Amino acid sequence: METMPKWADVILIPLISVILAAVLSALVILAIGENPWSALKLMVEGALGSTYGWGYTLYYATNFIFTGLAVSMAFQARLFNIGGEGQAVLGGLGVALACLYIPWPHWTLALLGASLMAAAFGAAWAAIPAYLQAKRGSHIVITTIMFNFIAAALLNYLLIGPLKVPGSMEPATATFPAATHLPSFQDMFNFGGTTFFRGAPANITFFVGVAACIAIWALIWRTRLGYEMRSYGQSEAAAKYAGISPTKIIMITMLISGGLAGMMAINNVQGEAERLVLNAVEGAGFIGIAVALMGRSHPFGVLLAALLFGFLYQGGAELALWTSIPRELIIVIQALVILFTGALDNMVRMPLERLFLTIKRAKQ
Amino acid sequence: MDFATLLQMLDATLRLATPLLLACLAGLFSERAGIFDIGLEGKMLAAAFMSAAIAAVTGDVWLGLLAGIGASLVLSAVHGLASITFRGNQLISGVAINFLAAGLTVVVAQSWFRQGGRTPQLSGDARFNPITLPFAETLREVPVLGPIYYELISGHTILVYVALAMVPLTWWVLYRTRFGLRLRAVGENPAAVDTAGVSVVALRFAAVGICGVLCGIAGAYLATALQASFVKDMSAGRGYIALAALIFAKWRPWYALYACLLFGFLQALSLRPDIITNVIGFRVNGQLLDVLPFILTVIILAGFVGKAIPPRAGGQPYVKER
Repeated sequence: METMPKWADVILIPLISVILAAVLSALVILAIGENPWSALKLMVEGALGSTYGWGYTLYYATNFIFTGLAVSMAFQARLFNIGGEGQAVLGGLGVALACLYIPWPHWTLALLGASLMAAAFGAAWAAIPAYLQAKRGSHIVITTIMFNFIAAALLNYLLIGPLKVPGSMEPATATFPAATHLPSFQDMFNFGGTTFFRGAPANITFFVGVAACIAIWALIWRTRLGYEMRSYGQSEAAAKYAGISPTKIIMITMLISGGLAGMMAINNVQGEAERLVLNAVEGAGFIGIAVALMGRSHPFGVLLAALLFGFLYQGGAELALWTSIPRELIIVIQALVILFTGALDNMVRMPLERLFLTIKRAKQ
Repeated sequence: MDFATLLQMLDATLRLATPLLLACLAGLFSERAGIFDIGLEGKMLAAAFMSAAIAAVTGDVWLGLLAGIGASLVLSAVHGLASITFRGNQLISGVAINFLAAGLTVVVAQSWFRQGGRTPQLSGDARFNPITLPFAETLREVPVLGPIYYELISGHTILVYVALAMVPLTWWVLYRTRFGLRLRAVGENPAAVDTAGVSVVALRFAAVGICGVLCGIAGAYLATALQASFVKDMSAGRGYIALAALIFAKWRPWYALYACLLFGFLQALSLRPDIITNVIGFRVNGQLLDVLPFILTVIILAGFVGKAIPPRAGGQPYVKER
């Protein structure tokens, strides 16, 4: 039964959820004795007021595009991949190995090779939970959480052991060779005397991320495989009856999802740090959950939500710099977005549906 | 390894297993009633902060404990509202609660105490102190049993004994009372419970509430007994280890105790790498010990050692037929 017009479902509900999250965040800021309005102004100024701010906003957004796509990809088949964090860690390992041990002649080839390695490592890390879900019925949420911890421990071990630069105390790999350097926005948008995005980490990976959004959109809504994934997500029984193999769908969906999360590493490892450090993912895998929920699991929604979270992240860093509001405020906002757009969806939806039903009846 | 070191290790095991056990039993109540709860971590963290903050301000650890339980119950109420009343996704709600606690504790701690997201150090009556059981001092000289009684059994904070007592109590409530029968039934087949004229919503809220109280005690134990203040992210994945223990125990109380003791022992080992080196002759990576609970649980899940079957209606909101 269509109780609501489509625009209400796609735009109105997420909008109300975000406003609710924003109001509560403002109350939190008020409660710790700061002014929410000036905090917002500071965030907008810091994140969008200069090309430098934009450079950071877009850099963070690129991370969230990949992790958001990863979560939303799994959502299509009604799987909850909470392991984006661990898959991105493994992706970083793939990028580091590709950049350190293969002599790339040019950055374009390095980008291609590193992307493939990142995706392969991320996918491999998602493969075991996917297999356990498909064959043993163990819950993918539990297993992917555990694999996050295992990934963190593995990276920790590698960075203080085999991959560490001999003689150095820092848990990090060597700096990648210059040939693997990806063009940053500063390199790309340099016209004569004026340089835009000076010193900001945004790089060509942003465009890879946008391309990934388009590719995933095509995969989900324009291919047979995408149709099978969505059918499986809608009703496992019906999909089985139509001859769709659940094992195949779970495995393929999770491999693509893990691969996308892993590909985040070309942005933060190859693009920004140019070496692999501890905790390079910085929770981006979890922000992917909020991004996917807010973006209604649609690739273009994910793109918009990733930009919003990129803004929040950069704005939050500015807040922490200029006020006494700690950076953790962003985690609160992220939690509220997940709560309202994900778990409390019906709280917003049910009254709205009732409202639209009344309007419809009144018209008749 | 000599006898004294062994006792030390087992003593540490007991202390480290306590928060795991409380959180694990909390999860057991919730999941047996059909409500998945991956927000154990967040509830513990919120309780750890509130208990340390109130204990620091009032100087009374019991008020701190109450405040911790209160904070955990508030998050439980959010989880109940989202997953029972509004029939939302229980897993997403749990994730949100974890982040809410991780963020809010630091933001509030910073604005309240201005110590970089910590609370002041607790001492004296503001924290739980070890209790010496009767005759522990006098029996200390008795060979073998004396040291076991003095070192291992006596000398813990009261919350350790509370946690241990919760195991038979949980078993009794779940398997020997009417409430327990209904609680287990609502996790397997809520429609049948509903048909019998018992409220599914009330039962599930009760289970989520019990979960909140137990997580609250677990969190308070972390900040006021195991350590003497709240620090950022001090739950350090214990909520997830408790979840792993719950699967390891296949959702049964006594096995939960054994699983938590095992995982507590692993944590105690990773704090003392020198002992492992002495006993087995080579160094074991500390990171490996930290994640061994997860690896073991994955092996259990993979079905190499029996099969872990969760409550049947777990994770599904109950929609009453009209």
